[in-house]
Amino acid sequence: MIGAVVAQVGGPVAPIDTPRVVWHALTPLLVLLGGAVVLVVVASLRPRRPRIGWHAIVTILVALGAIGAVVPLWRDVHRNGPFSVMADAVGVDGFSLFLTVVICASVVIAALLLDGYLRRESLEGPEAYVLLLLSASGGVIMAGANDLIVMFLGLEVLSISVYVLAGLHLRRLRSGEAALKYFLLGAFSSAFFLYGIALVYGATGSTNLVRIADFFARNTLSDERLLLAGIALLLVGFGFKVAAVPFHTWTPDVYQGSPSPVVAYMATGVKAAGFAGLIRVFVLALGPYRLDWQPVVYWLAILTMVVGAVLAVVQTDVKRMLAYSSINHAGFILVGVQAATRRGVSSALFYLAAYLFMVGGSFGIVTLLGRRGDGRHRLADYEGMGRRHPVLSMLFAVFLLAQAGTPLTGGFLAKFYVVQAAVEARSFWLALAAMVTAVISAFLYLRIILAMYAGGDADEEASTSEAAPPGRLRVPPMARLALAIALIGTVGIGLVPGPLTRTARDATPALVSGGR
Amino acid sequence: MRELVWLIPALPLAGFAVLVVLGRRLGNPLAGWLATLMVAASFAASIVVWLGVRAASGERSSTQRLFTWIPAGGFRVDVAFLVDPLSITMALFVTGISALIHLYSIGYMHADAHFTKFFVYLNLFVFSMLVLVLGDNLLLTFLGWEGVGTCSYLLISFWFEEEANASAGKKAFVTNRIGDWGFMVATLFTFFAIGSVRYADITAAAPGLATSTATVIAVLLFLGAVGKSAQLPLYVWLPDAMAGPTPVSALIHAATMVTAGVYLMTRVGPVLAAASPWVPTLIAVVGGLTALFAATIAVAQTDIKKVLAYSTVSQLGYMFLAIGSGAYVAAVFHMITHAFFKAVLFLGAGSVIHGMHEEQDMRRMGALKRAMPITALTFGAGSLALAGIPPFSGFWSKDEILLGAWNRGGFVGRGLWVIGVLTALMTAFYVGRMVFLTFFGQARWGDAPAHAAGEAERSAVEVDDGARTEHSGQASVATAAPADHGRPADQGALQPHESPWTMTLPLVVLGVAATLGGALNLPVARLRTLASWLDPVVGGQEIATSAATATKWILAAIAVVAALVGLGAAGVLYLRRRFADQPREPRVLARGWYVDEAVTAFAGGPGRRLFDGVAWFDRTVVDGAVNGVGFLVRGAGSGLRRAQSGYVRNYALGFAAGAIVLVAVLVLRGVSL
Repeated sequence: MIGAVVAQVGGPVAPIDTPRVVWHALTPLLVLLGGAVVLVVVASLRPRRPRIGWHAIVTILVALGAIGAVVPLWRDVHRNGPFSVMADAVGVDGFSLFLTVVICASVVIAALLLDGYLRRESLEGPEAYVLLLLSASGGVIMAGANDLIVMFLGLEVLSISVYVLAGLHLRRLRSGEAALKYFLLGAFSSAFFLYGIALVYGATGSTNLVRIADFFARNTLSDERLLLAGIALLLVGFGFKVAAVPFHTWTPDVYQGSPSPVVAYMATGVKAAGFAGLIRVFVLALGPYRLDWQPVVYWLAILTMVVGAVLAVVQTDVKRMLAYSSINHAGFILVGVQAATRRGVSSALFYLAAYLFMVGGSFGIVTLLGRRGDGRHRLADYEGMGRRHPVLSMLFAVFLLAQAGTPLTGGFLAKFYVVQAAVEARSFWLALAAMVTAVISAFLYLRIILAMYAGGDADEEASTSEAAPPGRLRVPPMARLALAIALIGTVGIGLVPGPLTRTARDATPALVSGGR
Repeated sequence: MRELVWLIPALPLAGFAVLVVLGRRLGNPLAGWLATLMVAASFAASIVVWLGVRAASGERSSTQRLFTWIPAGGFRVDVAFLVDPLSITMALFVTGISALIHLYSIGYMHADAHFTKFFVYLNLFVFSMLVLVLGDNLLLTFLGWEGVGTCSYLLISFWFEEEANASAGKKAFVTNRIGDWGFMVATLFTFFAIGSVRYADITAAAPGLATSTATVIAVLLFLGAVGKSAQLPLYVWLPDAMAGPTPVSALIHAATMVTAGVYLMTRVGPVLAAASPWVPTLIAVVGGLTALFAATIAVAQTDIKKVLAYSTVSQLGYMFLAIGSGAYVAAVFHMITHAFFKAVLFLGAGSVIHGMHEEQDMRRMGALKRAMPITALTFGAGSLALAGIPPFSGFWSKDEILLGAWNRGGFVGRGLWVIGVLTALMTAFYVGRMVFLTFFGQARWGDAPAHAAGEAERSAVEVDDGARTEHSGQASVATAAPADHGRPADQGALQPHESPWTMTLPLVVLGVAATLGGALNLPVARLRTLASWLDPVVGGQEIATSAATATKWILAAIAVVAALVGLGAAGVLYLRRRFADQPREPRVLARGWYVDEAVTAFAGGPGRRLFDGVAWFDRTVVDGAVNGVGFLVRGAGSGLRRAQSGYVRNYALGFAAGAIVLVAVLVLRGVSL
């Protein structure tokens, strides 16, 4: 209609083709965004801090609502196949829906932890939850983006919210430092990413993944350098988001400085979104060029696993240890990505889902043990924890053992599937490197467990507690719930992996044009 | 009746679950009785299944599939139990001995504060062990393998209040990881080569495997077995594992868990057969050397449990010698008789320790046969079996192994036979020494403290008795810790006494088994019961004996003479003369060839330097490569510390450098195309 008006006024202008919006395909995203808007409006109308944590409750309900909205879509995709909407800019397939659930679940865990944290640290509440929901909506966009521009939008929505969340703790200098560093480096990486988009557009004539794939199917490039440079720059951008070496340097500082519940979200939700984008762009659209990018990802995976595991071992701060361990995990998921097969993708999805619970639980414990001020994270502070807080220590031990890949926990199968995918793709050395770093990183987890159970004899404990009386450790009910969810997830996936394995297998990514 | 196989592991699991929930409420001794009952019921179920297998006509091997554990397209792992003569034999003796040791533990642990926890672990152990032996695929066996390992660490450091016990648990953990790694990689290789990890598929596919593939799998699995079954060079954890309560030593570290490696090797025999010929030779040589090496150390130990621990390592060596020689039946046979006589020896030692109020040093024992007649009698039966005196069970099985080694032929085979006979001689010697010092001679338990400061004491291996012997003068150290778990350390009122019936009944049963166990497989055509029973499983991989009857007789006679000489020498040295304060044994043996010291020295000296070197390599080369371009730009001299300096500009620089490398690599690929 606008086109018609313009045509009447001026010369021959082609009508602008506004795409038809299939609203029901976007319900998870709309629920998240709508929830964020409602929350911010209502919270600013009632500025007084509520006695009950209804901000957190609303956030959780919104996230659960988004998960609920996934269910009919999943059925639809399962029955009628994947489809794309908004002029093929957003894809709805098993892959995007699976990761939508993972991201929303990580919001649930983070929100549960955040409630007690904000009270303990006497921080103002609602904006943190709003940012969490907005960030998650960015992640959901990335999971389904079929267009590099949309992918970039999702990435920015995701990232900018997280930059602010990292600086949430206004009175802690480190928190502000973390936010600033994350922001600067994030902006830096976004520039690389954008330039990568431009180069890919220059080489293929489109930013739409469906069209790019189509282009590859019809044409052969005489000079691939432009495209390959673009691929490299896109890889830099994603590498930053998932903390792959050598684009990982921000991780330890940011994880150490940011509020622990936010780190729980960064390590699970943000990472899942980063891998969502990476897999969509590389395995799907750039699949025909896999022989070019696979060796690079191969080495990135090895470097990421080795550096993560080795540097984790030499740290003395538990949050930094876990930061490096999350880098190591990212390397493992890259192993699945590198395979670039259906099996590889589903193993990465399984890893991300299993990882959500163990890492969410670990940072939940760290949140609680950090005590008021969120500063007691030295390994020495954990000594003797086994005696003082037996239940928390046992939970932490379970989460850490799961991360180390102990059988009967989700971590074992996660690592197993990834290595299996690598073996099937004939990447034997990669599989071997994965197993070796699994052993190295096991040492790191055991070090924390040993510190909790073996270290800290009675005298020392008495003296430290005299020096800085930490007060009684309160475990708020919501944090309890978060830990319970994490424990059930971690052990449940280990004992009954069938459903998740099948779901991850069914959650295949697809690039289709239109559909419904 | 074979469908009931799921009951065998389910019953101990149920016991474990009930004890976890209700253990505290049941308390002492009801929790112990429940645990014992569950394992006994599991034994009964094993008998029923065994009868079922016997009655089965035709195919004796069957599988019971419970559910699919890991569904992943082409890779599927079921939770399924394999019922065949081998697995059911293992299940029978594991549950039978476990039931007896559970019963014994009720008496042994009666004063312990963590009574219920002990039985929780014990039931979990039995469950894991049964999963290990009944599992129908490598992954399920691995699950059990890790399970028994976990229980083992938990039980070694059961009295974790004492630092030495906790560190013994850690040692076992670390050493076993090396072996477990081999098992894990072997499982992956198997899957890759065969496409399945089920034993049935492995057995079927093994003959068609490429030699190199079979070799890799066999060596890696053997590495796993070496860790679990404490062979050279990964044996160091087992002697320290004696820090755990004695029933644990008997059950886990003598009768069942440590034989898991032998079971595994028997199970994958077809793969060994398909591997290069040097693999069985390697196994046989490692086994033979371990047998001899551990026997030399056992000769000089003063702690009764240490003697038995090194003896276990030595006897496991025999079993690997048999495996490597293709005498699988002999290996399984010796595994069973060893389980009988080593269990009775450990339990007897436990009874002695219990009766002597936690004394483990044989130099402070003596003349206990009058105070503890039942213990002495059953211990004697076990000792004769271990020494290989006919007609006790150990003679028959050891004879089979020596025959297997001889039958191997060639320089290696004959050499291994000589080693085996030498080991038999030394075994008889240390057995004699142990029995004479403990039950015969003069009573040396009144005047103990006088010895305490002597030079001899220092030679005691320090791990679990060190704290007690070296500091027995300092009452506070010696009494404070044991008081928690009811180990009275009052030396003055020492009056050895016989143990309660819950402890002596298992002793008697196992003593009888140790005496008569040889009847399972007598070397007469019609009485080779075990061999014909196991034939469907191991028949294909067994190397038949070609020795003439006369040769067999001569070989057996030589072994018996060796054993008698050993016993006689021990009698001359330790029975006739009054026990002197000065140690008679070479110190190098008492300290186990200084292996632990060497490891410590290595870890502290060159090893430390090596690891520092590795750390330097990580810092400089690995991370240097990562930030390599950044290094060049910023100039040399800024180490990794600077790289993680916290300055955003440095991070950005490394970032940009990484990006440049990435672009360069990818674009150059494009050019070369």
